[in-house]
Amino acid sequence: MATATKREDMNIVIVGHVDHGKSTVIGRLLADTDSLPEGKLDAIRELCRRTSKPFEYAFLLDALKDERAQGITIDAARCFFKTAARNYTILDAPGHIEFLRNMVTGAARAQAALLVIDAKEGVRENSRRHGYMLSILGIRQIAVVINKMDLVGFSKETFETIRKEYTAFLERLGIVPKFVLPVSAFCGDNIRDPGVNMPWYEGTTVLETLDLFENERDDVHHFFRMPVQDVYKFTSGGDDRRIIAGTVCTGRIEVGDDVVFFPSGKTSRIRSVESFPTGPAAFAEAGAATGVTLEEQIYVTRGEVMARKDEPMPHVSTRLEASIFWLGKKDFREGQEYTLKLESKKVRVTPEKIRSILDSGSLAKRKRDRVRQNEAADCILKTEKPIAFDTANQNASTGRFVLVDGYEIVGGGIITASLPDDRSELKTRVSIRNSKWESGWVNPSMRAEKYGQKPILFILTGGADAGKKDLAKAFESQLVRCGHIAYFLGIGTFLYGVDSDMKLSGNNIREEHIRRFGEVANLMLDAGMILIVTARNMTQADLEIMKTVITGDVAVMWVGKERMTDIFADLCFPDAYNPENLVKMNEHLAHYGVIFERRGESL
Amino acid sequence: MDHLTALENRSIHILREAYSQLGNLCMLWSIGKDSTVMLYLARKAFFGHVPFPLVHIDTGYKIEEMIAYRDTLAREWKLDMIFGMNEQALQNKETFPDGKISHVACCKLLKTEALAHTLSGAWPRYRMNHETGTYQVDRNTEPFTGVIVGVRADEEGSRSKERYFSPRDRNNDWDVGNQPPEFWNQYKTDFAPGTHVRVHPLLDWTELDIWEYIERESIPMVSLYFDDGCGKRYRSLGCAPCTAPIESRAKTVREVVDELRTGKLASIAERSGRAQDKEDGGGLEELRKQGYM
Repeated sequence: MATATKREDMNIVIVGHVDHGKSTVIGRLLADTDSLPEGKLDAIRELCRRTSKPFEYAFLLDALKDERAQGITIDAARCFFKTAARNYTILDAPGHIEFLRNMVTGAARAQAALLVIDAKEGVRENSRRHGYMLSILGIRQIAVVINKMDLVGFSKETFETIRKEYTAFLERLGIVPKFVLPVSAFCGDNIRDPGVNMPWYEGTTVLETLDLFENERDDVHHFFRMPVQDVYKFTSGGDDRRIIAGTVCTGRIEVGDDVVFFPSGKTSRIRSVESFPTGPAAFAEAGAATGVTLEEQIYVTRGEVMARKDEPMPHVSTRLEASIFWLGKKDFREGQEYTLKLESKKVRVTPEKIRSILDSGSLAKRKRDRVRQNEAADCILKTEKPIAFDTANQNASTGRFVLVDGYEIVGGGIITASLPDDRSELKTRVSIRNSKWESGWVNPSMRAEKYGQKPILFILTGGADAGKKDLAKAFESQLVRCGHIAYFLGIGTFLYGVDSDMKLSGNNIREEHIRRFGEVANLMLDAGMILIVTARNMTQADLEIMKTVITGDVAVMWVGKERMTDIFADLCFPDAYNPENLVKMNEHLAHYGVIFERRGESL
Repeated sequence: MDHLTALENRSIHILREAYSQLGNLCMLWSIGKDSTVMLYLARKAFFGHVPFPLVHIDTGYKIEEMIAYRDTLAREWKLDMIFGMNEQALQNKETFPDGKISHVACCKLLKTEALAHTLSGAWPRYRMNHETGTYQVDRNTEPFTGVIVGVRADEEGSRSKERYFSPRDRNNDWDVGNQPPEFWNQYKTDFAPGTHVRVHPLLDWTELDIWEYIERESIPMVSLYFDDGCGKRYRSLGCAPCTAPIESRAKTVREVVDELRTGKLASIAERSGRAQDKEDGGGLEELRKQGYM
């Protein structure tokens, strides 16, 4: 069998300004390669007859009713066709400016692009904008299709003028288009066959050009990266495997390899590469949606990146430099909070500095503190927690991210550099601590199941005499009465105990106090506890130190009428003695799955 | 990496993403070849387990073998099997076979409506009890907010516009012109309360891919897809009154693959045997906007 399964696949995106003839090019490609199911062509011809419209190849794609009414393509549709060499999927991207996000959707899946320019209209805003988007999306193989040559009398001069203008633009983006083709999709010139109208052109046709594009190889020789997508422990049928699941971005891993998880720095060794229904395999490489079990049961979660110990480490930082493109209706602004998603990692992020805005039409740079819809920018981003990443030129998939505002994906970006953050040294210490961490045989999920709760650090902060301690103690009592394992840790207990050396010597370094407090809290969280602490006027910077040190979840409550620091609080209690407070705190725990019904008494 | 393996990996990645990111997830299983391949992919993704319920919408007019095959596989693979149906329409004989309404109106009542109310938990759900092997009314009536569906982009026009993760609003509506961007393996997994999401792991597969994969992995298929000696077989499965078998002597998966690749089916639309597609220019598109699979 298998001549068909061994064939290469390639995704091609087709972009360009509205009405420059993308749909006609595709319609012609489908028809010329005999790729249309019989039913389809007839259905469209019949519909044209009924609606008294002349048949056009473009109608093949505009399969939706309301689209035909508008006469424009509004989404990245997929069509399939074949040449002798390959199976192609052609992704149709829309021409209207507000539909850039659909173009991104189509283009991000493609290995190569056809960029269509109307010979009569010439280079337009979206011709340039789409060229820029292709460059930021990492698509380097571009064929410029100068279409509607029939409308300019198949003129070589017109073709040459447009070719020079657009090639110069692409060169400024670092792209050298391999192919610039004069085409008439309407007449069928230079789609599959050269045709008779342009004897002066000696290059390839669109179909021949596609076959000359090179397919990207799955990069098995690159260093290994596998973002943890999930951790499975399905117990039915006596299954006791704990499987770290994910899709390998690059590289290769074998049974017995030593691995490190980032940003936590935890280490283990591959015990097995799991597979169903064939049973364990010896290795997994780039592109595989796989799963591994580990020799030592360490606690890792979704969002960490698994790397090999004998290969270069990813960067770990909270600050990074990136080139972004913005699709949101609301401006992207300095100081505003968004969510960043990099492979399986999800983290809060704030633009620290927008360095420059790029007009993707003219490539001019300018200064502004906000990025508008469909603009691109260079900026510095600051994440709430450390994340692991590579720069885009080191590793494409772990070097790019999307930005989410509310419920919507509103932008994307590629990482150009890792920047030092103020906790770099602390993070190194935490990484080393984690790599030396000695776990018992009971792992956190066993503990959680037994206790009917997950560990969390509950911080109550606010001004002096706001009633933080009373509220904290009341909450502790309530949790313990309900059968939970909770503990109130007083700051005094701490200052005159663990911190007594610093207290006595007068060497009061706030950071060091917080670090130690975090270390102790981390132990108690690892023991499965709900830990309640109070701290006066805690700042966001204090909280970030704390979060660097501890592994688990943190919730912050502000107690008092007035907000006195910049800390991001999950809940605010203007009056510490309002009986509603305890209800709200309890709801918060239940909502985040910290407390739940115990499933069984024993494991 | 070969074509089928690349498709398999992408689908598994999407299934795992759905399981990790969406609450109250279920998978629609129509008993047809596509969703059966999807079910098989789920067993691969979760290493032999299927960690969410399978939901089948029974129109009451399904071909008998389909239901038998469903229950056999549900027992064998220990599936959390649920079915739902529009009992009221069937009782009132508001169906196409009863002569009261059109094809499209019948699909709307027996499939679209039944699906919407089964997913929302408003109508009874029948869940397989693996101890007795029978179905019982499920006490859990929580709405499903993530629904995995086996549609393919090459099936017909409107499906080629779908996303891998496709949000639906409170009324099950699909806003074709306003879909979220989807790139770099990042999908829309954050949702406002009251909305839900359709997940489409098979979007990039073609009919031929499905059959080649069935052959490669030896996935059991309902016998209706094969000629049992009378020179006919089903290419696409639906309700008995509205789905016609095609002329074909393909008795094995191998023969089906050959027929699709080079034989007489290579250029005939897959759903040519499905009546509801023909009734009006955008019939299926309208149904899809209202939640039809």
